[in-house]
Amino acid sequence: MEQQLCGYRRENGRVGVRNHVAVLPVDDISNAACEAVASHINGTLPLPHSYGRLQYGEDLELHFRTMIGLGSNPNVAAAVVIGIEENWTKKIADDIAQTGKPVAAFSIEGHGDLETVWRASWKAKDFVQWASELRREPVELKDLTASIKCGESDTTTGLGSCPTVGVAVDRLLDERATVYFGETSELTGGEHLIAERMATPELKDKFMETYTSYVSDIEARDADLLGSQPTQGNIAGGLSTIEEKALGNIEKTGTKEIVGVLGPAEAPQDGPGLYFMDSSSAAAEHVTLMAAGGAVAHLFPTGQGNVIGNPIVPVIKVSANPKTVKTMAEHIDVDVSGLLSRELTLPEAGDLLMDYLSRTLNGRMTAAEALGHREFTMTKLYPSA
Amino acid sequence: MHKFLIHKRGDLVGVATSDIEVREKVVGIYMDDDTAVEVTARESVPLGHKIAVEECGPGGAVIEYGVQIGKAAEGLEVGDYVHTHNLKSARW
Repeated sequence: MEQQLCGYRRENGRVGVRNHVAVLPVDDISNAACEAVASHINGTLPLPHSYGRLQYGEDLELHFRTMIGLGSNPNVAAAVVIGIEENWTKKIADDIAQTGKPVAAFSIEGHGDLETVWRASWKAKDFVQWASELRREPVELKDLTASIKCGESDTTTGLGSCPTVGVAVDRLLDERATVYFGETSELTGGEHLIAERMATPELKDKFMETYTSYVSDIEARDADLLGSQPTQGNIAGGLSTIEEKALGNIEKTGTKEIVGVLGPAEAPQDGPGLYFMDSSSAAAEHVTLMAAGGAVAHLFPTGQGNVIGNPIVPVIKVSANPKTVKTMAEHIDVDVSGLLSRELTLPEAGDLLMDYLSRTLNGRMTAAEALGHREFTMTKLYPSA
Repeated sequence: MHKFLIHKRGDLVGVATSDIEVREKVVGIYMDDDTAVEVTARESVPLGHKIAVEECGPGGAVIEYGVQIGKAAEGLEVGDYVHTHNLKSARW
């Protein structure tokens, strides 16, 4: 039986499935203050990271877009923003505030950590008490933005868990939901299959330019990628080449037309549908970029057993590897290993995942959430000045 | 009971869904049309790793999912264990 979906409808109409009060550091040196606030106030979520100083150009824009996007994500009810300097702190807080959600900004210079933590803690306390009274209300799949990416892939992801996610993606798109996929370098060998699915010739050109630019940067380093892409885990799991990995990866994108090409951490301006986002294939970076782009739930096929989670987005692990679902059972939300023994059909596997997704959207904690996986990893484009 | 699966008819390799022993006679199933094929393994193939179901000459294209996944520098025989030692990317 289909469950009624319930989520948090935010001030701007967007729907979240979690209700976090985020404490966002603008820069690495504000992590201590953010963590101090979070240690004082129950129910706050600190998001420490390693960057935000002396970045410039496109790299700085990506930093801002990521911070603003995470604060604006509908899974965040309210945000406290703390940075060393007033200007960038205010910029990030003001942009998050455009969603209509409560936001407070604090800069440390001229005040010190202790006074900042005291003032920010008062605000954080107000926010968590306010957020604790927000209630879930009925929502529909068309209100949902989901993201997909696989990790520690092996040949079982291409045989089972990625096709299962592909079925779920097709069903979500049939309901007019929005879905992001990415992993630019990990399309190598199957990039033509993605290009063919672009809705217009202009999008096809934009995709191929994005793909070629990313892969040219990799090739310009003239390094041996075997062991990195594919990873050691991929190889141990039987994947031999980047092309083989890519073809398994692409299985999870389903069969529908692709309606847009997004930059990293970019939110679409158009309607629902399947979007490609230019992104690293490293799991934590990828899920962080998609969360910054507005995804509120993530479907994650794994073969050898990637343990990743995200602080604001529930990450659902799907595995078809009969060994992994036993040896790493605590990490796997949906076991579709029956696809390999052919005791389970693909539509049945899709049903299992859609049911688990509904329960997760309604509040059930994923394995990664229960295990405390909060990998928040910013993508950095080049060295700071 | 099958011990490997092949994505598409025309693929040169299948994927072991159980560990396969050397000289074992094993059945594989084509996932696109549910037909079966029998192969004798020339080497042991662990779960998740590939076995050749068709031969190819030196430098031949290796096909899986109906698409090239790389090149076999020395060529392949039916029943070979196929991995990074005898299959290289054609891209990087």
